[in-house]
Amino acid sequence: MTDNGTSSGTPLRLKTGLAEMLKGGVIMDVTTVEQARIAEESGACAVMALERVPSDIRKDGGVARMARIDIIESIMATVSIPVMAKCRIGHFTEAEVLQKLGVDYIDESEVLTPADEHYHVDKHAFDVPFVCGCRNLGEALRRIGEGAAMIRTKGEAGSGNIVEAVRHMRSVVSELKGLAIKGDEELMTAAKDLGAPYELVRLVAEDGKLPVPNFAAGGVATPADAALMMSLGAEAVFVGSGIFKSSDPAQFAGAIVKATTHWDDPQRVLDACRTISGSAMEGLEIDKLDPSELLQSRGW
Amino acid sequence: MIPTVIPPATHSVGVLAIQGNWAAHARAVSALGHQPVLVKAVEHLTGITALLLPGGESSTMLHFLLSEDLLGPLTGFCRSGRPVFGTCAGAILLASGVTAPAQRSLGVLDMTVERNAYGRQRESFITRLADPGGDLDALEAVFIRAPVIRRTGPGIEVLLRHGETPVLVRSGPVWAATFHPEMTADSRVLAQVLST
Repeated sequence: MTDNGTSSGTPLRLKTGLAEMLKGGVIMDVTTVEQARIAEESGACAVMALERVPSDIRKDGGVARMARIDIIESIMATVSIPVMAKCRIGHFTEAEVLQKLGVDYIDESEVLTPADEHYHVDKHAFDVPFVCGCRNLGEALRRIGEGAAMIRTKGEAGSGNIVEAVRHMRSVVSELKGLAIKGDEELMTAAKDLGAPYELVRLVAEDGKLPVPNFAAGGVATPADAALMMSLGAEAVFVGSGIFKSSDPAQFAGAIVKATTHWDDPQRVLDACRTISGSAMEGLEIDKLDPSELLQSRGW
Repeated sequence: MIPTVIPPATHSVGVLAIQGNWAAHARAVSALGHQPVLVKAVEHLTGITALLLPGGESSTMLHFLLSEDLLGPLTGFCRSGRPVFGTCAGAILLASGVTAPAQRSLGVLDMTVERNAYGRQRESFITRLADPGGDLDALEAVFIRAPVIRRTGPGIEVLLRHGETPVLVRSGPVWAATFHPEMTADSRVLAQVLST
């Protein structure tokens, strides 16, 4: 990627640079200082500071907003690893507040209740990098077009069910492969069909990969889930409710970190699974959810 | 007569691949015509002739090195006289002292490093480093939540500074940078490391 294309003056290379440093690691949702400490001690490469983890947001209902500042601040003061925080889709003022606060990455997230039904945040205007969720390549490229410096699958947050993250990662990867074999004359039609910027479609058709790191999120509950997502092409893994809604967070955190590093070594993934004696978070069948309960349909 | 082709001297370069941007290091190694070998377990150290410790989160890597008993074997390699290069988190791992917060390390370079000393991601930056009359002049350097080398012992040679602060140092074949040479196309530093 070139260094231009950001109105904030911060080169995209610097924004994606931090995401490069997170590769191969696990980013854990935390809601308290104690959880942040457990995450760091278990080998998390970053934490996401939240007021409630996704499964609680799902259960409690109501409007989910940016976390309370004192919660984010106390977590930033506690750990030495990067701290991320979420803003609502389209809520650029929450994003400005988080940037002023100094969080290392902002997640414009479907887990929170969207603030704008038409527009996502203009992420080029920020110095702090953004991560955004996607269900397919078109959505990934729209977010990158708006300035996202990292993409993650949406999956279905708080479900403890990996099926949606798998669907989204497979979509992105297979659509990337599809573009790679297209002739130049086919790319404008592909851009129209994907609903994605033509220049980005051309770029990924040539490179065969996204121009920013591509992580997995939404439904990871076990070490095997994490290793599966890495095998499907994820470069790192977000774990939301999967750790602190399990019966033994430190145990699950450590095992998921180990399995993420050793994803291509079944013996060592087995070793990671073997360290678990507690029970994973409770899972939800996606088919049993009312379509209105799906977090992944938020944003476009 | 059969023509004799003498292959260029190539390294089998281990790249610690626990976490972080090891893939960029592996690409840089290949671009120089050497063979990258990903190191995630002690058996991967067999046969390698040089070792790179990439950027990433040093606390994550350290947790892994301790829990998988890799700290000792890696320290042994770093003291074996073969080329070693740590960037950013890798430099933190090589240091003899780490602050903010204090944490264990391999202790093979006599220096004290303060983690995240420039600040948070907002304070990350790209600059060009001056090396007047040297081989590394105008080197583009990417600093991401970078550490600062606060003290260097007598055996440490400072090769590049940013302002007053040492950013590229070596002691014999063991090198450390607080920035990320692997994030640019300029391979001068890695080429020098692998020729030591």
